[in-house]
Parts: sequence; structure tokens; C-alpha cells
Amino acid sequence: MDPDLPNFVQAKFKSDTGEEIGNSLDLPLNVTKDQLQLICNALLQEDDKQFLFFVKDVEISSSLKEALDLSKLNSEEVIEIIYQQQAVFRVRPVTRCTSSIPGHAEAVISTSFSPSGRELASGSGDTTVRFWDLHTQTPLHVCKGHSNWVLCISWAPDGSKLASACKQGRIMIWDPKTGNQIGKTMIGHKQWVTALAWEPYHINPECRKLASSSKDGDVRIWDTVTGLTILSLTGHSKAVTSVKWGGTGLIYTSSQDRTVKVWRADDGILCRTLEGHAHWVNTLALSTDYVLRTGPFHPVTDQNGLITDKMALQQRARERYDAVCSQGSERLISGSDDFTLFLWLPEKEKRPLARMTGHQQLVNDVKFSPDTRIIASASFDKSVKLWEGVTGKFITTLRGHVQAVYMVAWSADSRLLLSSSADSTLKVWSMKTKKLELDLPGHADEVYAVDWSPDGAYVASGGKDKVLKLWQH
Amino acid sequence: MPQNEYIERHQKLYGRRLDYEERKRKREAREPHKRAEKARKLRGIKAKIYNKERRNEKIQMKKKIKAHEEKNVKQNTEKVAEGALPVYLLDRDVQSRAKVLSNMIKQKRKEKAGKWDVPIPKVRAQADAEVFKVLKSGKSKRKAWKRMVTKVTYVGENFTRKPPKFERFIRPMALRFKKAHVTHPELKATFCLPIIGVKKNPSSQMYTSLGVITKGTVIEVNISELGLVTQAGKVVWGKYAQVTNNPENDGCINAVLLV
Repeated sequence: MDPDLPNFVQAKFKSDTGEEIGNSLDLPLNVTKDQLQLICNALLQEDDKQFLFFVKDVEISSSLKEALDLSKLNSEEVIEIIYQQQAVFRVRPVTRCTSSIPGHAEAVISTSFSPSGRELASGSGDTTVRFWDLHTQTPLHVCKGHSNWVLCISWAPDGSKLASACKQGRIMIWDPKTGNQIGKTMIGHKQWVTALAWEPYHINPECRKLASSSKDGDVRIWDTVTGLTILSLTGHSKAVTSVKWGGTGLIYTSSQDRTVKVWRADDGILCRTLEGHAHWVNTLALSTDYVLRTGPFHPVTDQNGLITDKMALQQRARERYDAVCSQGSERLISGSDDFTLFLWLPEKEKRPLARMTGHQQLVNDVKFSPDTRIIASASFDKSVKLWEGVTGKFITTLRGHVQAVYMVAWSADSRLLLSSSADSTLKVWSMKTKKLELDLPGHADEVYAVDWSPDGAYVASGGKDKVLKLWQH
Repeated sequence: MPQNEYIERHQKLYGRRLDYEERKRKREAREPHKRAEKARKLRGIKAKIYNKERRNEKIQMKKKIKAHEEKNVKQNTEKVAEGALPVYLLDRDVQSRAKVLSNMIKQKRKEKAGKWDVPIPKVRAQADAEVFKVLKSGKSKRKAWKRMVTKVTYVGENFTRKPPKFERFIRPMALRFKKAHVTHPELKATFCLPIIGVKKNPSSQMYTSLGVITKGTVIEVNISELGLVTQAGKVVWGKYAQVTNNPENDGCINAVLLV
């Protein structure tokens, strides 16, 4: 060892939200990650929690010594070790295709797991919505009713209903138990529907309201029980590409007229117009997407013991939402045809938090990780890029696909990322090494839709080859 | 014949009888009864003729009603188009591309069986005399061991000619080809692609090794610019194609991709 170097440094622990724990302590330079883990657990009075440690934005992978820049080390200074808590549970990477179920007569355009992760639905170009039995991996119900391609499907946050929308602008609600239609077909959109979003569970546990965006430039809020439009949000001058219902009662819409608009869901008043993009805005993602989607369900603790009391469930959904939002308000990210992404704080500001450049082709899909720390963006330039969730700083590029990447999906523990591409493969990326973990060939053609179940057990993918594939560990 | 439209004139001047509409309505209401009475009373051939006429009339009437009904109903028979696309690709011009469906596995199986299910299954055998021209050599032109290939050939990049003493086969520069017009049978599109090699000339193994390209020869072409992908997500590089024309006559190579 270099004689000039001190053996000990002063260090203190700080969480990623800025809270300090304990006083500064003397740490030997060769303290390992496991030892840091133990110290941190002892300080927080927790047991067996997993942490990641960072010193000046460098992750401590083996020991403190390696992460520190020894040439600039000042032994007088107190080093701040930032810890990030990892999910308590671990999702195992999907490794094999357990079944490829034929059934759809045309390309599978959308797949989605229910918020509890126990049910699976898919929409296809053969105008049907199909429910699948996850236990036996067989078809469950075939729902006929649409007269054109079923473009998007969305589960109600309590998992009791599924909304589907077709290319003719009709929206239908289905019962996953019986496969029958609930209520009336909602007619109003003049062109195809591009996205659906339910009202979050913690705002209203009845799951009645549904927002839909359409190619004709309108966003409509529906009462799914009566089948009538409550509000029609008009303001976009071109097709609306995506709609998100935020946890604070705001609706975010992105459009091909280069803007993102923020609406109040109660009275339909336009709150803010976020400008910055130079071309179509293709996609939106909220930092709270995962909690809003799973609502009252927790992937691990809810596996057994169902609570039916709506108030209790709402309370739980509210707690989970607040836990994610404790670091601040919701963050919104938008991906565009001008190859950039913008990070916004839509509740407070009109100005973007960050402009993220680097993609060489349009950005098709963007998703926040469930712990909101990382943003993954899929682009037609064959790459997936990772960005820091708070600042929007570039982390790395994941290369491996040989054609356009269509969709990305996160595992529930934020340790794995899945991407689907036009080159007919799915790829699993590890967030620890930031490298390819697994390559999943199997589809015979482009993979259009992919979803990772909220409990992490299954991955469902569908594409142009008309089969729905289920992947498991 | 009336000399003038005097009835119309009178109506314009003095109007109709006050009970005109009433009488008209009643007359029309009475019409079916009158017809029925007539149909009941008629006998024999007259009844037959009348009933036939009436039947035709009714058919016409029903047809007309149906036509009107169809006109009123908004027709919604927009056919569901094939080739469904997800929302994010709807506004983009996705160029029509044949199935990627790589048949690598199928192709390998076929190769094992040694059978080629090719577009031109029967190929005329090429005789040696047709393909090779004998070149006389030696001081008094007595030696005849040298051959010149009279067909189109593909010669690899790094080929160097042997010294004349050892060169048994001459492949003329003018008949060497590097590119072929390859048609994709599903895309119905033709691309000018570089040749990688001659896989098989069905006439003779020797032609294959010499790179002679005649009608029915299977050649390997570089299709990387088509952007086809295998199931494992790798870009397909080389694929086989069968020559469909007589290149020595046409001055170009036309081929069909084997998928």
C-alpha cells in the first residue's frame, strides 16, 4: 500500500433523497460493499435490506478504495456515501419461452397484465380481445365486438374491468371473469384511439372514469357505466399520441402538434402547455406509472389474503403513491420524433427540467423504472438508452438489437429491463452491469407488444407472427 | 287532343275543388279494395294474366323499398385490413416488407436431404463440348489440353491466374460477372446484389468449382442490404438464388431468391 495514503477516511451516509443518517464515522479504505451494507442496516435499524452505494456518482462495486479517486483524496474531508435502497424482493430474469399460444388470426398489437398480475389480455388485428389463463397457459375468453383492429387495451386499476379501443374509435369494456361486454360501446371518437388511461385507484376506488386519446385530436373522459362522454378535452391541433392520468388529478396528453398539455381532470381546464419539442411527441411516461398501474396491489405482500374493503384498499393505494412521490412531485418524460426526450415537472413548471439528447432516430417508447431512479428509452436507432430518473443525466446506451426497438418493459424490482424489437427478439438487460443479460429469440417476426407482469413472474409478448408468447424463469 | 294546357291554366287561376285532397286520399285508400275485388272476380285466362302482372308489380315494389332502405342505412362494411400495426406505427410509412420468417431451419433440413425445391427443377444438362472450347497450343498447334470456358463465370475476388503453362481452364474476363439481378418472390421486387459464390451447377461438379453460371445454377448472393433477420435476431447475410435466364445469351444474370 502507498505509505502516503491514510488507512481511514471520514465518511457519512446519506440517502438519495438527501437525508443524513448517523454521524460521520471512520471507515477503513478497504471496506467492502457487504460491510457497508451491514453498517447501513445497523444505522437504519433495519435488517437485510439491499443497498447500492455511490461516492461522487461512482458506484461502489467491490470496495470503497476502488470507487474513490485516490489521487484527489483529501483525508480531512468527510466523504459522503450515498445509499439507494433496492427492492426487497428480487425478480428473476425470464429465460425461456414456456408457451407460445396461437389463437389470434392477425398480428398481436397489445398485451397487458392485470394490476394483480394474475390475468392477461391481448388485443389483435383480427378485431378480438382475448383473455388468457396464466396457470394453464391456454386461451380463456375470446371477446368479439370490435369491427376493426384492437389498438390499445387497458386494465382498470382494481383489475375488474378491461377497456379496449379499436381503429374505428369505439371503446368497449370487458369483464375478465366471463369475457362479456359490460355496459354500452362508447362511440364518439371520429378516428382511431391511440391510448387509454383509467382514473387512479387512490383518487376514486370505483374505477368509473376512463380517458382516451384519439387521432382526431380530442381527448375524451368517459363514464364507463353509462357509456357517455363526461368531458371532451379539445385543444390539440393534431393527433394526440398518448394520455396519462396522473396521481394528483391531472391528465397529461402528448400530441403530434409538438406540445404536451396538462389538464385538470375534474373540470377539463387546460392548466399548462409544455412546449419544447421540435417534432411529434410520441410517448409519455410518469414516474408514478408503476404505482398507478398496480394501484392497491403490491406484487409481493398481496399474493395471498384479499382485502375487499374499498376504503382500506384506497388507503393502501394512497400510501403507496405517497411513498413513491415523497421525493417530490410527479415527473413526466416525453419522447419525440426530433430524437430528444424532455423531463418535466408538470405540476409546477412549464419549463423542462432537462433535455436529453443522444438518440439518432425517433424515440418510440420511454418508461420510468418502478423505483423511479432510471429512465429507459427505446428508439428506432436500434439502441436503448438509460437516463437518471431525477436529473435526466445520461447513463449508458444498451446496444444489441439489429433493428428498431419498439417497446421496453421494466421488472418490478427495477433490476432488469426488457426490450422488444423489429428484429424478432426480446432482450433482457441487467441494470447492475448495464449489459445484455439474456437474448430471447423465438418470435418469427417483429415483436409489437411486450409486458412484464407487475409481480415479475411472467413476460408476455406478441407480434406480427400472430402468436402470444409467455416467458418465465 | 287538347290544344292547350287548359286544365293546368284553370287550376292556376281558380284553384282546385275544396275537397280535392280529401277525395284523392279516399280514392287512393279505396284502390286496394277495388283491385282485390277485381282479382276475385276475374276468371280464366284473364285472371292468370292479371295475377302475373300484379305479381311482377309487387316484386318491383319490394325491390324498390329494399333499395331505399339500403340507401338510408349508413353502411359500415369497411373491410378489416390485413397487416395490423400497433398505434405507434400507424402514422409512419412502414414499407411493405415480406415476412422476415427466416427459414433457416427449413433450409438446413432441405440441404440435409440433398433435395432442392427450386423454381426451375429441371435443368438441361450442359455438355462439355458446349461449355469448353478447345485451345490448341504448342509450336505446331498439336497440343489440345487447354480449355476456354464459353459461359458466364463467377471468379472470386482473390483469384490470380496461374502461369500459362499450368492454366488448363481459361475464364475470359469479358464473361466474368460480379452482380446478379435477384428477385424476391414474396416482395415482388428485384435488387442488384453482389454474388458471393456458386453453390451448385447441376450439370457437373467441375462447373461448380470453376464457377460456371448457366440457367438453373444455384448461386449465393449477399442480401445484407435487404435487412432480413433470422429468428435469433441476426442480419441474414448470404442466401441462395437460382438463375432463371441464360446469362451467356443475355449479358446479365437474373435469379430468384430461394426462401
